Amino acid sequence: MKPRELFIAFWTIVVKEIRRFMRIWPQTLLPPAITMTLYFIIFGNLIGSRIGEMGGFDYMEYIVPGLIMMSVITNSYGNVVSSFYGTKFQRNVEELLVSPIPNWIILSGYVVGGVSRGVGVGLIVTLLSLFFTDLQVHHLFVTISIVLMTSILFSLGGFINAIYANSFDDISIVPTFILTPLTYLGGVFYSIQLLPEFWQGVSMLNPILYMVNTFRYGILGVSDINIVFAFSMLLAVIAVLFSYSLYLLQKGKGIRS
Amino acid sequence: MTAALSIRNLCKTYDNGFEALKGVSLEVQQGDFFALLGPNGAGKSTTLGIVSSLVNKSSGEVEVFGHSLDKAHAQAKMCLGVVPQEFNFNQFEKVMDIVTTQAGYYGIAPRLARERAEFYLKKLGLWDKRNQVSRMLSGGMKRRLMIARALVHEPRVLILDEPTAGVDIELRRSMWAFLQEINRAGTTIILTTHYLEEAESLCRNIAIIDHGRIVKNTSIKALLQQLNTETFILDIDPPQSVLPALNGYKARLEDDHTLVVDVEKTQGLSGLFAELSQQRIEVQSMRNKANRLEELFVSLVDKNLKDEKSA
Repeated sequence: MKPRELFIAFWTIVVKEIRRFMRIWPQTLLPPAITMTLYFIIFGNLIGSRIGEMGGFDYMEYIVPGLIMMSVITNSYGNVVSSFYGTKFQRNVEELLVSPIPNWIILSGYVVGGVSRGVGVGLIVTLLSLFFTDLQVHHLFVTISIVLMTSILFSLGGFINAIYANSFDDISIVPTFILTPLTYLGGVFYSIQLLPEFWQGVSMLNPILYMVNTFRYGILGVSDINIVFAFSMLLAVIAVLFSYSLYLLQKGKGIRS
Repeated sequence: MTAALSIRNLCKTYDNGFEALKGVSLEVQQGDFFALLGPNGAGKSTTLGIVSSLVNKSSGEVEVFGHSLDKAHAQAKMCLGVVPQEFNFNQFEKVMDIVTTQAGYYGIAPRLARERAEFYLKKLGLWDKRNQVSRMLSGGMKRRLMIARALVHEPRVLILDEPTAGVDIELRRSMWAFLQEINRAGTTIILTTHYLEEAESLCRNIAIIDHGRIVKNTSIKALLQQLNTETFILDIDPPQSVLPALNGYKARLEDDHTLVVDVEKTQGLSGLFAELSQQRIEVQSMRNKANRLEELFVSLVDKNLKDEKSA
């Protein structure tokens, strides 16, 4: 395929993905908006006013970056896992398999679809947060790049989950039993400085902690972790997941008999 | 001339150990209307699945218009349009979106994709349904939608896996006419079907596959010439209570109006009519007892089964 044809094929997948989550917006865009508004009201306003400061900021200011990142993570992952599994389930993945599109374009299309929803929901939550706090960006490049990288990483994770999934249960196991606990323990609601030394060490093994804290650094300028290390780790994990996803596509795992 | 499809020594063993293809080789020439026939589980869909890149082969070679599916897969796939047996489009998308999205997968720009989609949807009688969600279509419409989707990138080879399964007679006839029209325009057509009448009236060449092996690969004409005996059913007048003596013909009376006669290739029909005429029996109408191809198909498959058992 010529470069222009490759771009058309890539864009077709992206548009199809965006059309999908926009068509079912009451399931994809509305729930995170409602959930995060409740977080802002209950944790930020009601409980937060009694907590006082965290890391030198109002509790509401402190949790906003974490909650935005939580939305980006769950929506990027959720979009790709449900869309690609649905494509497998309805067998319309065959439309892609019979076509001449290279695997890296298929993967990139789905990842950009996941990033579109992740970032889109992140923006909705950011706008909602402005009703509760003044948001100022400390470091724009760090803020944007960490959001994009996190979204890419979890889109790739969702893609791999969808490839291995054999039932709708299989696509909810990882978000329920791995992603949500790691997100809650990833410093969304608290600074790990509050934890005893042992649990601080354990927390450092949680990759989501690096994403949440790097984003918080971009917004507030404070972080529990080393930013350069966080970016390097994310780049490495993205490279590994992208390569592994391509390998699975090439092998036809779960999509070719 | 390069073959439209060339398959050499294709083998497929599934993960559960089932050997679906045991060295299938066949060639389909450009512009042909070709049927791949076989009983259920013979390996038809596996063969076409490998050609369509939906099934991984164990070994063997596939070339489409000289492009190897392994080495030049994009060029090979550009030449292929596939209409699968089962509905495999997104049931929640609109008809127009399904067709234009597929065009996009082949790198066709949106404007041209819309023009082509309009052309094929109109041709297949689906233009009025273009904004309808696909799950709301009837079974026949869904099948036509899959044909429109497969043609939107104007492939040189169209593969149809049982395209008329479960389709009513009227729609089947209109699909036959449409397929003949695009074949005349130059598209090579390869189909699998259980309706042998369909293969006989549409196709020029045929391959019969059984237990993962090609047991016959020839033209329909050559195949039908192998038929030694044909059975005819004659409606006769006046009614006969006793079987008339027909010199050299094996005959029986089904009822007093219906005479069943086995006519060997060497005998011809003129002699039979002459015999009947001598006895003042008039033939009011005549038909074949069964589809001729069906008789051959059953005998070839039976023979292959016996060969396999004795081996």
